[in-house]
Amino acid sequence: MPGENRAAHSTVTETPVITTSGLTKVYRSRGREVTALDGVDLHVREGEVYGVIGQSGAGKSSLIRCVNLLERPTAGTVSVAGQDLTALAGRGSRASKDLRRARSRIGMVFQHFNLLSSRTVKDNIELPLEILGLSGAERSRKALELLDLVGLADKAKSYPAQLSGGQKQRVGIARALAGDPKVLLSDEATSALDPETTRSILKLLRDLNQQLGLTVLLITHEMDVVKSVCDSAALMENGRIVESGTVTELLATPGSELAAALFPVSGAATGDDRTVVDVTFHGEAATQPVISQLSRTYNIDISILGAAMDTVAGKQVGRMRIELPGRFEENVVPIGFLREQGLQVDVADSAGEAPATTPEDSTLLVKEGAK
Amino acid sequence: MTWSEMQPLLEQACWDTLYMVGWSTLIAVVAGLPLGILLVLTDRGGLLQNTVLNKLIGQIVNIARSMPFIILMVALMGFTRWITGTTIGREAAIVPLAIGATPFFARLVETAVREVDGGLVEAVQSMGGNTWTVVRKVLVPESLPSLISSTTTTIVTIIGYSAITGAVGAGGLGDIAIRYGYQRFETELMWITVGVLAVVISIIQFAGDYAARRLHRRGGHSGAAPRLRFLKLAPSKAS
Repeated sequence: MPGENRAAHSTVTETPVITTSGLTKVYRSRGREVTALDGVDLHVREGEVYGVIGQSGAGKSSLIRCVNLLERPTAGTVSVAGQDLTALAGRGSRASKDLRRARSRIGMVFQHFNLLSSRTVKDNIELPLEILGLSGAERSRKALELLDLVGLADKAKSYPAQLSGGQKQRVGIARALAGDPKVLLSDEATSALDPETTRSILKLLRDLNQQLGLTVLLITHEMDVVKSVCDSAALMENGRIVESGTVTELLATPGSELAAALFPVSGAATGDDRTVVDVTFHGEAATQPVISQLSRTYNIDISILGAAMDTVAGKQVGRMRIELPGRFEENVVPIGFLREQGLQVDVADSAGEAPATTPEDSTLLVKEGAK
Repeated sequence: MTWSEMQPLLEQACWDTLYMVGWSTLIAVVAGLPLGILLVLTDRGGLLQNTVLNKLIGQIVNIARSMPFIILMVALMGFTRWITGTTIGREAAIVPLAIGATPFFARLVETAVREVDGGLVEAVQSMGGNTWTVVRKVLVPESLPSLISSTTTTIVTIIGYSAITGAVGAGGLGDIAIRYGYQRFETELMWITVGVLAVVISIIQFAGDYAARRLHRRGGHSGAAPRLRFLKLAPSKAS
């Protein structure tokens, strides 16, 4: 169960490992300008799994490529593990020696694995070690160790084409770890995989994060990825980060798009004769039978319109949309009761013309302070 | 002409052809491989993007390729004499053969290397590899099956060219076919020569395809090797 290995979850420190400030990337081609990144400030703390989510074209890919300077930012700075990479880069378009050395300490995994088809699995993992200049014996030892770590000890002599997608990504991860990086960049690592394999790869990333204290920056377009492994998340739209924070913080933020997307609830909004509220559970409150307490204490009938519960970053969290009979004014006391229990309560607004039936509409939620 | 008269002629011609083709292939591969890779690297978006150099190499390659081989051979006579001291004989033939085949091979290399997935280049860069690492560890090994096919094609083309050099006193199978077969009406010898050429080319093509396919399959691909070229066996220039 995910809940169990979370007990050991204490790798996150306050030390920033990846920091970007004012990161801007403008692509110019044939007189046309496209702004892929528009002043992105990203702060990833040591030991955390940080997810950047957004639709395709939001700039996620540019962002992660700017972190190890595979793409040169047009403006802004990137520092990784206390080193200002933008300063190392030099002025030419080619990577300086210092930048290359810094890159070798940042692992990267790719959506399409990017394994060399002409090399065996073991030789693929040895590639970064060859670049680092290790001797043959050292390379071999390290590669076998890493294969063991990702659970592919028996595939050393296979060629990538003989592996399944999940196995290929495990090789990709082992290869990314070869240089003993402190930071792992994951570029849609699970997007080409089926749900089952996605889960196993995410679990591997989570385990590596905890065992090695590895900081992981991942970009994805799948909410489930953020939900199952991320400590913190940022939402990107049109080259900007529109929301960011730890998952718990995001959940506690009224009207958070990310929270709504993580826990989509549906159902009609408040009307003349009913009050619809969204209740967000996290921490202790998630384990308390608050709804039945509410029902018994105030003797009211509660309908559950929609609910989503899950474990996020090791904690039980969830959202529920419930309907209380009567107008909002009549329900002030029960709502107060819910807040007293440590729950975050947002009233689904009646002012909105259309009923809030989709997660997108949850921005209509009335801003109500949490507890 | 009896077989005992033909045999030493053919034997010598065979060796002459292999000698010329062997050396000119070697030179064409050694010179054409970097040229082809450079064409990819200096192209727009390439690791060593340099539009001027790219256009320059591209133009030289185009001009060299558009020139009919027999004209190229004549045009290079001065250069050939400067290198080998003569314009006649096997050694002298190697010069125009190598120069004619280099741009041809370079274009084939360019096509093969371009096929390599850009993600692999990105991966090596993310590991801290430089351009030379990318060439050595990715571009060449990953395109090797195609490069071998390209070499096969180049050898077959050079054999075709070598028949033309034969006409100007370089010896070899083409020379026999023209001098004996065409000019002295030894039709029988001419057809035997053509047969020998066909066999030589078939063997080379088969060996090349086999090697390419083996390498390709080592990569775990089960499909056919790229570009099976049995249909393009003997170029028409061979006679």
